[in-house]
Amino acid sequence: MKILVPVKRVPDPTQKAKIKDGHIDLTGASWIVNTFDEYAVETALRLLENGADNTRTAGSEIVVVSIGPDDAAKEIRTCLAMGADRAIHVVAKDEEIDSLAVVKVLQAVIAAEKPDFVLMGKQAVDGDANQVGQMLAGKLGWPQATFAASIEMSKDPVALTVGREVDGGVEYKKVPSPAVVTVDLRIVGPKAVQNGVTPASHAYSGEGARLPSLKGIMAAKKKPLAATKLADYGAAAAPSIKELSVTLPPPRPPGQIVADIPTLVKKLADEAKAL
Amino acid sequence: MGNVIAFCEFTGANLRTSALSNLAFARQAAQHHGGNVVALLVGAGAQAASAHAAKFAPTVVVVDDAKLANYLAETYAPIVATVAKANDASVVSATATAVGKDLMPRVAALLDAGMASDIAKVDGKDTFVRPILAGNAYSTVQISTPTIVVTPRQSEFEAAAELPSAGTVTTAAAGDVNAAGAEFVRLDAQKSDRPELTDAKVVVSGGRGMKTGENFKVLEELADLLGAAMGASRAATDAGMVPADWQVGQTGKIVAPNLYFAVAISGAIQHLAGMKGSKTIVAINKNKDEPIFQVADYGVVAEWEKAVPELISEIKKLKASR
Ligand SMILES: Cc1cc2nc3c(=O)[nH]c(=O)nc-3n(C[C@H](O)[C@H](O)[C@H](O)COP(=O)(O)OP(=O)(O)OC[C@H]3O[C@@H](n4cnc5c(N)ncnc54)[C@H](O)[C@@H]3O)c2cc1C
Repeated sequence: MKILVPVKRVPDPTQKAKIKDGHIDLTGASWIVNTFDEYAVETALRLLENGADNTRTAGSEIVVVSIGPDDAAKEIRTCLAMGADRAIHVVAKDEEIDSLAVVKVLQAVIAAEKPDFVLMGKQAVDGDANQVGQMLAGKLGWPQATFAASIEMSKDPVALTVGREVDGGVEYKKVPSPAVVTVDLRIVGPKAVQNGVTPASHAYSGEGARLPSLKGIMAAKKKPLAATKLADYGAAAAPSIKELSVTLPPPRPPGQIVADIPTLVKKLADEAKAL
Repeated sequence: MGNVIAFCEFTGANLRTSALSNLAFARQAAQHHGGNVVALLVGAGAQAASAHAAKFAPTVVVVDDAKLANYLAETYAPIVATVAKANDASVVSATATAVGKDLMPRVAALLDAGMASDIAKVDGKDTFVRPILAGNAYSTVQISTPTIVVTPRQSEFEAAAELPSAGTVTTAAAGDVNAAGAEFVRLDAQKSDRPELTDAKVVVSGGRGMKTGENFKVLEELADLLGAAMGASRAATDAGMVPADWQVGQTGKIVAPNLYFAVAISGAIQHLAGMKGSKTIVAINKNKDEPIFQVADYGVVAEWEKAVPELISEIKKLKASR
């Protein structure tokens, strides 16, 4: 089985947002793999391994694809170090691409790679748009399962039953291969991914995605990383969405620490008129 | 061109409150485009909600078909796209709910439309303001495609008021309903008598410091006293203390109630992204240095074990005195 995982690098969200010339100033920013994409790599690994004895399913492949500037290669290597097998880096400036352009490139990559599933983060934590997975599925005419909090893989025919966190509960949706799945936070829960190979009783430890091991980091240096250009996919660098300006919201006026609960209730009633 | 197609979710004979925010957005967008608002109801039983929808939109299009019994993006998206084309849509919108977020990008793909997600404000015909970076910045974007897809954020658009006279209801055929192999298996519903988190005037949220699901009972007592909805941080939902759909934050629900209680929540940026639009924020936390106190209007440095029961009894006293 082959799984394609599109990943994006994003500025580390713990940095304070700064504005320069009406846009976010990213000079000197530190970057990370978008957390949800990292979770997608983790999910792909959990679908294609025996988590109990740390062996990969024979003949399985995880291909990472990223569309972004030159120096995004660092974040791509991180995914390889986690255990992805190979990567494609479509070099493009951030201002040359928007969701529709990314989708167009991914469509071309999918036509060439023919993955069984595309697994990706539900949103990038910089733009917070939450669009690409659904758009890609729409363009391909593939089924989609967004906001996956759990996945159970079945064979003959290959399909994924995805637990989706929706308003008012958890919806279970079954999608056959090929399909696009976007992952949510809880997909990295100890038993959220069941692939029929890892014993159902096995609980993954830790919070979030696995950290690359030293061995993984060494191995990643030798894994194939193909650099390509937007033009190789017939995608024009003409986004239909233009950012005119960015502003920072005014800070909330400072609040007060109140001495005790009776004071709080009095202030909520008389001052805030909230009770 | 010029019309705004507003996809509206409903339950039974009524639109969901979230849909009224979409209709409020749609009215603004229609003014900019010189067109009309067309409310679109899709699903088995949609006809039942059409009279309610007609109170808010001059035209209502209903696509009611037994084959649409369970929502699937695969079957709904082509219908929305077809109705949009048939009604000369310049803008197609749905509130950024779980359904809206799942459905609308797929619709955008079918229409080759640029999309603005989770918008906070309309700034012109093709220009919208939307939060980025977990709400730490606001980006003004302009979209140049002939059709534009938008998901307005419920907390930023006040529910539309009823029109002076009801609109007209028409029906459209579902056409071929093809799920592309996708199957709805089941919904494990979270039943609750409390208001919906995104509609509630008061929200009581608990975090990791609550330690167990059992301990949330005291917060639920506070919530029920105030007619509030329950919320939680990611740490509390991840730990399974409370249902996942209680999560407030960048990647959970976005809420903006009159009054928000954050109890034993540290105030990580991802959590703040979901609640800092609240009118009055109260934080109860035992550690005075936590970032939650920087956004709170009123902070109490205390352990919840003591503070929350006391809060309940003080509020009861206040209510009794009125
Ligand atoms: C990609 C991504 C998306 C995320 N999205 C979200 C999101 O949507 N929503 C969200 O909430 N988080 C989100 N998070 C997680 C977020 O970063 C924090 O980890 C989380 O909000 C912490 O939850 P918490 O405040 O309950 O826990 P903690 O940070 O552990 O805080 C617990 C608090 O409880 C207090 N406390 C402990 N005991 C007591 C007591 N007895 N009485 C009073 N106070 C006490 C402590 O002082 C502390 O402040 C996201 C993270 C990532 C990486």
